[in-house]
Amino acid sequence: MATTTTTVPGAGPISGSRSFLSKLREGDEIARLFTFLFAASVVLLTVLLVYELWIGSSLPRHKFGFNFFRTSVWDPIFDQFGALPFIYGTTATAVVSLVIAVPLGIGAAIFLAELAPARLSDTLEFFIDLLAAVPSVIYGLLGVFIVIPLMRDYIQPALKKSLGFLPLFQGPTYGFGILTAGMVLAIMVIPYIISVSREVLLSVPRDQREAALSLGATRWESTWKVVVPFARGGIMGAIFLALARALGETIAVAMVIGNQPIIRASLFSSGYSIAAIIANELTEAVSNLHYQSLIELGLVLFLLTFILNGLARLLIVATSQRGAGMGNA
Amino acid sequence: MKRITGLLLVVLAVAGVLWADATLSINGAGATFPNPIYSKWFDEYHKKFSTIQINYQSQGSGAGIKQVTEGTVDFGASDGPMNDEQLKAFQDKHGFGILHFPTVLGADVPAYNIPGVDAALNFTPDALAGIFLGKITKWNDPAIADANKGVKLPAEDIVVVHRADGSGTTYCWTDYLSKVSDEWKTKVGKGTSVNWPVGLGGKGNEGVTGTVKNTPNSIGYVELIYAESNKIPYGNVKNAAGAFVKASLATVSAAAAGAAKDMPDDFRVSITNAPGKASYPISTFTWLLIPEKIPDAAKRDALKGFVKWALADGQGYAESLLYAKLPKEVVAKELKAIDKIQ
Repeated sequence: MATTTTTVPGAGPISGSRSFLSKLREGDEIARLFTFLFAASVVLLTVLLVYELWIGSSLPRHKFGFNFFRTSVWDPIFDQFGALPFIYGTTATAVVSLVIAVPLGIGAAIFLAELAPARLSDTLEFFIDLLAAVPSVIYGLLGVFIVIPLMRDYIQPALKKSLGFLPLFQGPTYGFGILTAGMVLAIMVIPYIISVSREVLLSVPRDQREAALSLGATRWESTWKVVVPFARGGIMGAIFLALARALGETIAVAMVIGNQPIIRASLFSSGYSIAAIIANELTEAVSNLHYQSLIELGLVLFLLTFILNGLARLLIVATSQRGAGMGNA
Repeated sequence: MKRITGLLLVVLAVAGVLWADATLSINGAGATFPNPIYSKWFDEYHKKFSTIQINYQSQGSGAGIKQVTEGTVDFGASDGPMNDEQLKAFQDKHGFGILHFPTVLGADVPAYNIPGVDAALNFTPDALAGIFLGKITKWNDPAIADANKGVKLPAEDIVVVHRADGSGTTYCWTDYLSKVSDEWKTKVGKGTSVNWPVGLGGKGNEGVTGTVKNTPNSIGYVELIYAESNKIPYGNVKNAAGAFVKASLATVSAAAAGAAKDMPDDFRVSITNAPGKASYPISTFTWLLIPEKIPDAAKRDALKGFVKWALADGQGYAESLLYAKLPKEVVAKELKAIDKIQ
């Protein structure tokens, strides 16, 4: 049953569609034009967005220049604005969330796609889709009422006891902070990773598995060495989606990160993310410089998303090539 | 079928024209703190004069000032008075000025969560400034303990909580600290968002309330209404006359009365650290911001009528919503000032 409900990206329709389209020769060009326009609108929107952010942030760009990225004082009263703590907070929470969510999410997806009975897999998928649709403010509340007390009373003291020799796990434990924000983000992005990865794994052609099994591989070997590498591109897509969501998440992060523009080695420390400060301060930003600095932060977030996405792509390409090489050898 | 559709369209069009004729809508935007009472006022006023519909978006004081300056709304509202620079920006853009009208009063209270301490603590200005500057870090510090003889304060670290979003509540709090502490004034200053020396940031009054409730040994500042409705303990603050005063509608009104005597003509006055033995020192007015010139006569008369009503009958709704009423002297002065709107 599971296979009938899945979509097969880029594999199925091509052979059939050619004959269908050739019957509608006249419609071809029109379809081409329209679909091109739709695709172009995405580029146009991106350009417009960057343009607006660029124009809207001229004051701080001229006043601070590159120092905007290097300084860490954010003082609306004395007109000093630096983006560094926010860049750090955004990056750190996103990284923490992926470190937690990627292994969990992909593991769960492998179970659902390869090992679980189809009925169980479909039922669980229903719940996962439900989780993915929960508004982020609800996750924020979950963070405030459940994750924070748990972190403060149990998880952080335990981490401090066992891994306290690392600077990452030192300092007072209030429950608020980078680690908690990363944890809440992980809870939010796991459904995305599971859902997309599961679909991709299910779409791996049956012959691949059968070929591996016929060569004497165990079920796990066929899954881990054949099916997962085959679905690598799609799983990468799932991770990028999760990364994008983690970088841009606003309200849930604002509720648990502690909202303090500081940079500390410890993950227990509070911090601040770009999206959170924009949401917090934009409505009450009275001076022009303050307002435009917040807009420049928007531009920074855009750049950061771009760079981190690029880095993640590089990292995955590098590691998966090595994996593929070992598989061949 | 066609005929019925046509008829329906005509009826709708006529109704539309009549409706547009009959209701005058006035738009405002600004402070979130007075939003509950403003909503009540606009609603009651609409019931009284069904032809006048006032819409209010509570987006924050900063947004209120911005929007009224840009001319996208008919009036603004703010928890802190506009500064000279903002007044000048308005004047430059429109060629005439903007007027402040105090409507009701509110107060900030220091709310805390110290396990084992239920008593209302006494806070001196020095203790509050020291805590929020990060210089007083333990609850049993003499600066706090000396004012609270008989209360057993723990030797625990103080967790400071402040607002993360820009807000009039923060303006009032930092305005007070700037008045009582020179170090605060030069290092941090006053404003709707400031660079906090220490502390966790909570989003909104409910965020700070939640964080304080959730975090042992914490202290934060919230509006009186929130502390009352969430039943978290809050302290007495030592006022300019040297008395420890608990925030209440009476003590907030007393602070306003103290300031009413020398109220400036533009009503831009801070009543933090107000004189008078009964005055609660961290109180503030909240203002409507109305342009001096409103070309549309109907709109002008409606808005003037509303302000007059709010200053008279409207005040009756204040205390049930936990806002303090304006002192009589201030109302009298404002009623005169309304005539400046032309």
